[in-house]
Amino acid sequence: MNSIKVKKPSKVKGIVTFLLIVVIIWASALNTDVSFQKLWDGLPNMGTLLNEMFPPDWSYFKSITEPMLATIRMAVLGTTFGGIVAIPIALLSSSNVVRIPVIYQIARFIMNLIRTIPELLLAALFVPIFGIGEIPGILAISVFSFGIIAKLFYEAIETIDPGPLEAMTAVGANKIQWIFFGVIPQVIAHYASFFLYSFEINIRAAAILGYVGAGGIGLFLNNALGFFQYDRVLSIIIYTFIVVVIVDAISNKIREKLL
Amino acid sequence: MSQNQIKKPIGKRIRNWAIVLIVIAIYVWAFAGAPSIALKDSAIQALKAIFHGFLHPDWDYIYDPAGEDLLRTLLETLAIAVLGTFISAILCVPFAFWAARNMTKHRTLSSLGKIVLSCIRVFPELIMALLFIKSVGLGPFAGILALGFHSIGMLGKLFGESIENTEFTAREALIASGANKLQVLWFAIIPEIMPAFMSYTLYRFEISVRSATILGIVGAGGIGAPLIFALNGHSWDRVGIILYGIIIMVTIIDLISAAIRKRLV
Repeated sequence: MNSIKVKKPSKVKGIVTFLLIVVIIWASALNTDVSFQKLWDGLPNMGTLLNEMFPPDWSYFKSITEPMLATIRMAVLGTTFGGIVAIPIALLSSSNVVRIPVIYQIARFIMNLIRTIPELLLAALFVPIFGIGEIPGILAISVFSFGIIAKLFYEAIETIDPGPLEAMTAVGANKIQWIFFGVIPQVIAHYASFFLYSFEINIRAAAILGYVGAGGIGLFLNNALGFFQYDRVLSIIIYTFIVVVIVDAISNKIREKLL
Repeated sequence: MSQNQIKKPIGKRIRNWAIVLIVIAIYVWAFAGAPSIALKDSAIQALKAIFHGFLHPDWDYIYDPAGEDLLRTLLETLAIAVLGTFISAILCVPFAFWAARNMTKHRTLSSLGKIVLSCIRVFPELIMALLFIKSVGLGPFAGILALGFHSIGMLGKLFGESIENTEFTAREALIASGANKLQVLWFAIIPEIMPAFMSYTLYRFEISVRSATILGIVGAGGIGAPLIFALNGHSWDRVGIILYGIIIMVTIIDLISAAIRKRLV
């Protein structure tokens, strides 16, 4: 890129990559019928919508406080259950804890598989089994946060300092002691940080789970949209926004201290 | 937490206890309010039906020359993720420079940029999709705009942080040799943050693929629409094949993206 008289590496690779990206984007645009004309034409509609949204229905805030609290509750419980189950799987997935490749590869495979399933689909699957309400939401979030926490946690475990572990092995600690006094103290702060991070994500996820009948604020959003009560939609959006901002701020503060 | 010989200052101890009490209070509240787990009367039946459907997925749905099939909708999902990521990767650049602390002398200016980015970030993409559907109509375009807009929040933050972490040496050398601001930007800062840029974009792409799979639930294109129809109709064999499709697609994307990212950093 700069004009120093050093022999530059071949540009072919860069050009090929660039062309490849262009082709992928072009094909994607073709596939999805993207046009800026449509966006431009649609902008007035957006204006109309915003017009209908304002002013928000302030009196509605009171009636959505209960579902909002239910949403937070779903996130708290779901993150907790998911976080607890994540610990053994994360330990099993770490190549420096479990030295047998077959075991940690299988554990990782399960973990990765679970992470690919969208939480909304999970919730929709739990609804016919547990009925409409918070329980499917909590379970969906548990599974979902299990995936996030287990992955981040096992990556943290794999980077720990082997020194204390070797020392413990040398003095004859068994595997359980080894994990409790050698591994856990080194990663506990990371774990707490990942737990909070997943909680932040879950608050947002929980807010939309009601869409498929899994309790919380999403149900109210769905209803308000269905009845074209856009002032209420805006109230819900503002409320969600406030809760998410507060949770993010607190969690960020704590996470900064942890690491 | 450990048994230190030196006692921690009293203020700190009070604070730690306060945190513990707050956490306990939150859990008491959460468990007290949670409804008890009760299986629906038809739960066993539903479970059986779901398992049966998952074990006997609707293979015919994979490719259907006449209409909407799995491959086509998955491809559309992928296209939504590609374009959404592309839009945000471009749009987030000015935001990133705005939010980076070392790009301006005014601290408040960069703080403001950070606040704007977190505001964009907290807005769930599903709600954004609903808004865009209103303006551009049902279909993948709304999904692309929603993803593109939402991703600015996260990408802008990560890019901003990598700009903040740039080394000063290259920059100072250029300034010393009389480069102007634009030249400094182009020759010192851009080359330094480019690998991080690409890596974060790919990482965001992985997340976007996941998000794109559910955007269709509100009508923003991709695999989500047939998925929600199948779920509402309790056609579990259809849900099964779509689920397998999503799992395979996301796994392949993750593997490819991770392989590329490994080379970048």
